[in-house]
Amino acid sequence: MKELTCIVCPNGCELTIDEKTLEVKGNKCPRGADFAVNELKAPSRTISSTVKTSFKDVPVLPVRVSKEIPKEKIFEVMKEINRVTVDKRIKSGDVVIANVLGLNVDVIATSDILLNEEHYGKH
Amino acid sequence: MNNYNTIVIGGGPAGLACAVKLHKNNVSCLIIEREQYLGGILKQCIHDGFGLQRFKEKLSGPEYAERFVNEVFELNIPFIVNAFVVSIEKKDGYTINVSTVEGIKTYTCENLVLATGCRERTSKQVEIHGSRPKGVYTAGAVQHLVNVDGVIPCKKCVILGSGDIGLIMARRLTLEGVKVEAVYEIMPNPSGLKRNIYQCLVDYDIPLYLSHTVKRTIGYPNLEAVEVMEVDEKLKPIEGTEKIIECDCLIVSVGLIPENELAGRIGVLSDARAKGARCDLDFETNVEHVYTCGNATHVNDLVDYVSESGEVVADAIRDRNDSERKLIDIEVKGRCAYLVPEMIDVNKKNNKRVMYFRSNKILKNATVTMKVDDKEILRRVYANLRPPEMERIVVDYPELSENSKVVFEIEEAK
Ligand SMILES: Cc1cc2nc3c(=O)[nH]c(=O)nc-3n(C[C@H](O)[C@H](O)[C@H](O)COP(=O)(O)OP(=O)(O)OC[C@H]3O[C@@H](n4cnc5c(N)ncnc54)[C@H](O)[C@@H]3O)c2cc1C
Ligand code: SF4
Repeated sequence: MKELTCIVCPNGCELTIDEKTLEVKGNKCPRGADFAVNELKAPSRTISSTVKTSFKDVPVLPVRVSKEIPKEKIFEVMKEINRVTVDKRIKSGDVVIANVLGLNVDVIATSDILLNEEHYGKH
Repeated sequence: MNNYNTIVIGGGPAGLACAVKLHKNNVSCLIIEREQYLGGILKQCIHDGFGLQRFKEKLSGPEYAERFVNEVFELNIPFIVNAFVVSIEKKDGYTINVSTVEGIKTYTCENLVLATGCRERTSKQVEIHGSRPKGVYTAGAVQHLVNVDGVIPCKKCVILGSGDIGLIMARRLTLEGVKVEAVYEIMPNPSGLKRNIYQCLVDYDIPLYLSHTVKRTIGYPNLEAVEVMEVDEKLKPIEGTEKIIECDCLIVSVGLIPENELAGRIGVLSDARAKGARCDLDFETNVEHVYTCGNATHVNDLVDYVSESGEVVADAIRDRNDSERKLIDIEVKGRCAYLVPEMIDVNKKNNKRVMYFRSNKILKNATVTMKVDDKEILRRVYANLRPPEMERIVVDYPELSENSKVVFEIEEAK
């Protein structure tokens, strides 16, 4: 028996999974069972971070991966993220790194802050 | 023109949702925000998990906030930034004095919405000995440094308190190559959400020590280590359990409190339990025409509910009629930490009203009831209730009078 907490939604159900039969208990919905099975076989996570920019008013831009990545790739993806400097005023949703490490996942911007001047004018 | 039907103080998710809904309800409004940009605390919450209820997507904080900010832009809703509300006067409705780069400006309105959010408890509010060295931060301050300023302030850190912001920063700093030694929590149970313990600590093998506290900081002018101790049931440190942990940073994550200074000054009462402004089921405070929403009312853990409360206020302002108010208090019993709203205006229509509560203890199979004059109008059984997790209910009240007795109770399973 393995105990875990479902992180799919804010309910945070406490789950147990039988390593042999893969029977899951404690989940309020089917997504919890999928989560528990994945946690045993191939755990995955989304990660959020920032990338450097070349703009003085906004030193870093928030980013995240567009889909979950394998848990064991987290630190490798972080390395890629920390290699990037954004030098265009891109918008939320724009791709910062396409197909990072060949994982079929993009690193995307998650904020429009580089466009703030457009919206708020110069201060 | 400096006169609006409604002025919303605070451009975070609560104020933004309220303003957008007011606009759609054809009520003129102005948002006043003290920071440079709209978005509130979410600007620095770059992790994902926001908006699952409302948008059925796991968004980061900026993505969630900007959905509302962009609506404000598209609908041309008036707002001012770099504008700090310094005082409020009650004459011909309300007069709001705002400090801006161009000096003090004055605005008037009939209705006022306090969407000022919350602030962090600081290390001064917990008992730590030692000269105040550099390297002691609140979790929110570190979050701003890392996620907005792009500065990693340390190499090796200790976190005091298991609040969610601290947990989230434990993960964030680990991703940036900082060694997070451990999280110490004085209480026997974590104060953060279970899912954050799992995905922020367990995932990265960061130990969590319950019933432990940081007693002393060591080093000056820079922090060099902290002394931690185990505590007994009365939270008193146990002699002989001292441990010295080397670190260059202590992050204090001991909780948030609603920001209600402005409110207090115009006579808005705050609730001893929820710590925010007391309000009726429209989120109108004891002071007529003054509303509260979001984290200024109580500290929410889900931003979806923050936005929801702003929208409840916007609809209440649209539907306002100026019949006399008659407020009664809802009595709270049993294992309830708080219930929001705290009051009912018996002269208003009170059907299908949204309310939020927390238990003050971890409970299994708890029964939650709402009674009017001893008659049950709501009963719910919860398999689990935990203080870090806020619950939402919708209550359909019958006609009430000044003499109605309304009682909310959380009962433990026998
Ligand atoms: C670190 C952290 C992590 C969180 N993580 C999650 C999560 O993972 N998922 C989730 O759903 N929720 C999360 N939340 C909760 C959610 O972010 C908050 O509940 C929400 O942002 C509160 O919105 P608000 O509008 O009430 O307050 P805020 O966002 O704090 O906005 C209040 C605004 O009022 C302004 N203001 C205050 N006083 C004045 C004044 N006198 N004059 C002018 N302006 C003023 C402030 O500058 C601020 O912009 C988190 C919160 C924090 C702090
Ligand atoms: S099992 Fe379902 S309800 Fe429970 S936390 Fe997971 S997704 Fe949410």
